[in-house]
Amino acid sequence: MMPIGDVGPEIALILASVAGLMLSAFVRHQRQWMAILPAATGITIATILCVRQLGATPTLSFSGTWALDGLTIWGRLLILGSTALVLPLIPRWLSSDRRHGEFYSLLLLSAAGTMLLAGAADLLEVAIAILLSSITGYCIAAYHRDWSISVEAGMKYFLIGGFANTLLMIGITLLYGMLGTTSYASIARMLAGGGAPSPLLILGIGLTIVGVIFKMGAAPMHMWMPDVAEGAPAPAAAFLMVVPKIGGAIALARLVVLFPVDVVDLRPSIAGLAVVTMTLGNLGALWQGDVRRLLGWSSVSQSGYAMMAIVVIGITPKALPALLMFLTGYAVGTLAAFAVVTYLRGRTNIEDYAGLAKTKPWASLVLIIALLSLVGIPPFAGFVGKLTLFIAVVDGGYGWLAVIAIVNTVASLFYYLRIVRTVCFEPSKGHVDVLDSVSGVSTALAGLAVLALGLLAQLLLGPFSHITMVARG
Amino acid sequence: MLTLAILIPLIGAVILAFAPPANRQATRLAALATALLPLIVLIVVWMGFDTSPDAPAFQAVEDFAWIPTLGVGWRVGVDGISLVIATMSALVFAASIAWPIELDDRSRQYYAWLLFLESVSLAVFLVLDLLLFYVFFDLSLVGMFFLISRWGHGEAQSAALKFFLYTFVGSLAILLAIIALVLAGDGPLTFDMRVLITRHPYGAGGWAAGLTLFGFLFGFAIKTPLFPLHTWLPPAHVNAPAPASAILAGVLLKMGTYGLIRIPMSMMPETFARYAPILGAFAVASILWGAFVALGQADMKRRIAYTSINHMGYAVLGIAAAGSLFFGSEGARQLALTGAVVEMVAHGLITGSLFLMTGIFWRRAKTYQLDAYGGIAGVAPKLTALFILAAFASLGLPGLAGFVAEFQVFAGTFAVYPWFAGLGLIGILITAALFLTMVQRVFFGELPADRRLFSDLTPSEYAIVGVLLTLVVVIGVYPRWLLAPIHAAAAAITAGPLG
Repeated sequence: MMPIGDVGPEIALILASVAGLMLSAFVRHQRQWMAILPAATGITIATILCVRQLGATPTLSFSGTWALDGLTIWGRLLILGSTALVLPLIPRWLSSDRRHGEFYSLLLLSAAGTMLLAGAADLLEVAIAILLSSITGYCIAAYHRDWSISVEAGMKYFLIGGFANTLLMIGITLLYGMLGTTSYASIARMLAGGGAPSPLLILGIGLTIVGVIFKMGAAPMHMWMPDVAEGAPAPAAAFLMVVPKIGGAIALARLVVLFPVDVVDLRPSIAGLAVVTMTLGNLGALWQGDVRRLLGWSSVSQSGYAMMAIVVIGITPKALPALLMFLTGYAVGTLAAFAVVTYLRGRTNIEDYAGLAKTKPWASLVLIIALLSLVGIPPFAGFVGKLTLFIAVVDGGYGWLAVIAIVNTVASLFYYLRIVRTVCFEPSKGHVDVLDSVSGVSTALAGLAVLALGLLAQLLLGPFSHITMVARG
Repeated sequence: MLTLAILIPLIGAVILAFAPPANRQATRLAALATALLPLIVLIVVWMGFDTSPDAPAFQAVEDFAWIPTLGVGWRVGVDGISLVIATMSALVFAASIAWPIELDDRSRQYYAWLLFLESVSLAVFLVLDLLLFYVFFDLSLVGMFFLISRWGHGEAQSAALKFFLYTFVGSLAILLAIIALVLAGDGPLTFDMRVLITRHPYGAGGWAAGLTLFGFLFGFAIKTPLFPLHTWLPPAHVNAPAPASAILAGVLLKMGTYGLIRIPMSMMPETFARYAPILGAFAVASILWGAFVALGQADMKRRIAYTSINHMGYAVLGIAAAGSLFFGSEGARQLALTGAVVEMVAHGLITGSLFLMTGIFWRRAKTYQLDAYGGIAGVAPKLTALFILAAFASLGLPGLAGFVAEFQVFAGTFAVYPWFAGLGLIGILITAALFLTMVQRVFFGELPADRRLFSDLTPSEYAIVGVLLTLVVVIGVYPRWLLAPIHAAAAAITAGPLG
């Protein structure tokens, strides 16, 4: 008897996506927006199913391929919440697109793939999950089929993704060849004896990690982030900046604890990648004159911070709550910023934001608190995320990593404040068009979440602190 | 009770920011009324403050859980030191808000930012939770950043950015040090200052303790500011509007020295004592550097800004002497700490009023150059009298507050580090020279033709500076009421880990 209920949330999303596809095949162009209804229903049902799973004893399900633990469940909730915040941005944005109903189905499938990735306890499942979420991701990135920048973004995303996925498959093949299994539980058993690993095994591990890192948008697989942020339809950019990163980070965390330290210690190399990622991201954003590209680069640097928590996972019990809290803060902050960009009809040149504080005070307020939260200024959600992150990293004995992260934070302040300065102090350039009130609601909600999740962080940190991982088997 | 002192200005700020436009005078009066309430709250707490030897160290304490998982809570309370500094800060804020200033149509935002800054600044001194301390320390940067960049003059935006980046680097160093300190000790994770003061997380210390201490010293030295980390201060002062300058000198700089006393000195006394001579050397360097560079300035605001570096050097010297467990008697160290705290209060009142008065020069003549003035005593006798009083207080004339402070600092330091005290005394001589030449060049001599119409203090300007300087005289003549609470707290801190 298969425990179908364990993947209930994913099934709910897939059913909703099929329903949306059917609907959009039959309704006229003007009514394509109605596909949002099955999508919203699917997300709601999936969320309810996830919440009902909370508090259950962590287990491995589906013959050990699926980890049903607090990390999976909270990761899925985060993915669902982020997807829900993206939904209201879509209808008006894509209203001129004749086939825009299909967009919701692709979005849901991508979200379902990422949720699978978060719970994957088997290398093959990792591969399937990454393929599902990536292929749908390429499509929504290039959804403006007549706009060359969007197509270019989708193309770059696809090329880097194809490369990364190939490396992932080779890595998994090597691991299977060396160990004779793909399930995490068996891998952990095989490696428990210790002993010097063969070079092929190390190569396999390395390639697998690179494949997963692509989903996080971390170096060396980060180049798609700024292009997608700039070129993809703004709601798709919001989704792709946030959701794949959540799944990728959780999958990477599982891989890091999977391999015993005496076989291969991944932590120093992940720490190195974290440093490279955050520094590259910040350097890329530093002189960026395009707000969406800037947010894309800033998302790269945030991946680097998230990897800091992964470095100390398994060393200190504070690492898992820190990772989830940081991802939450990152998700709401980035979504809020992209929601504002969408609400302002995707205006992207930084000079077009001049004097926005006067003409659109509320949208400016959301943008400013989103950016301050991404820097890590109290009392916003991003601050609590970075704080728990630093506590975990120092506690795990990687104090130098925290110092580098702090230097990077100061550098990042420079470009975030540049936007704030333009918005607040420069003279306005006249009338500002906005998208519609529905996207305004999403903007307000995201902004409120940035503030509320900071002030009421205990509501999340309480449950996060009891989370365990089963991936070790 | 103390929570009210933080909440009232914050609520006032929010209401002002979103209230419908009102005329400027009404806005100013409403802001002033809001700013006076925290002052009243603090005075009431002061009246009820118990200075007897067996009284609890922290009084008027309130404690609510916020993020129990991390050991963070809303904890406020005062000991003698934070009480007097917070009260002085509330007074400087009330004076700065009352200070008349020419504003464009954004007067509501201006007063909202001032009230916001008051709320977070008082919170820095009143909270007993390390994380909240850091949070409010950071928020005070945000408030000051907006005040300087929106209502400053000259190179206001770049000065504000420099100020922000500089002090933000410092505050992040403090954050790392706080995390290391909190994780160091045994027992449950907590940011409660009272627990950490009794816990002494690092015990006798080690290299980790040294690194942590370095983080704190670096961060607080930027804020204080201590030579050679002071370069953000002069541009920030020169380009800020006069009330923001008064707050920056009077209140924000005190966060650095207060932090030194409250965190590294109280929570890791052995490690602090080991490095206290180095801190003392930097303090002496600040005293001398600040004094000599101030002497060379032709811009009056810049000159006063450099004397701030000099005066904060006295306070840090007192703190360094007080923290040296290995030298000097306990009595001498206690004297030095008391002197340092009185210096903080005196500097807040004196330099606050000096900066407010430089605002008068800017308002009337749009320049701070000393050479642009002369013979002002003839046209503005009241301004002359008050400015000279403040200048004398600042250079440490007996009978005024500055003397009470500097005398105790030097008397205490002589018993601990006689060489440092001797070198520091040179600073006092230079300060006397630089204030006297400034007074001479601005107020005496020949009145330039285009200063004939320079008008004297208006009644409200006169009243505001008058209140601040009256206190300076009162402290100079009869300091007992101020010394009693400070003494009680200083005795508890300098008793060290064995006490």
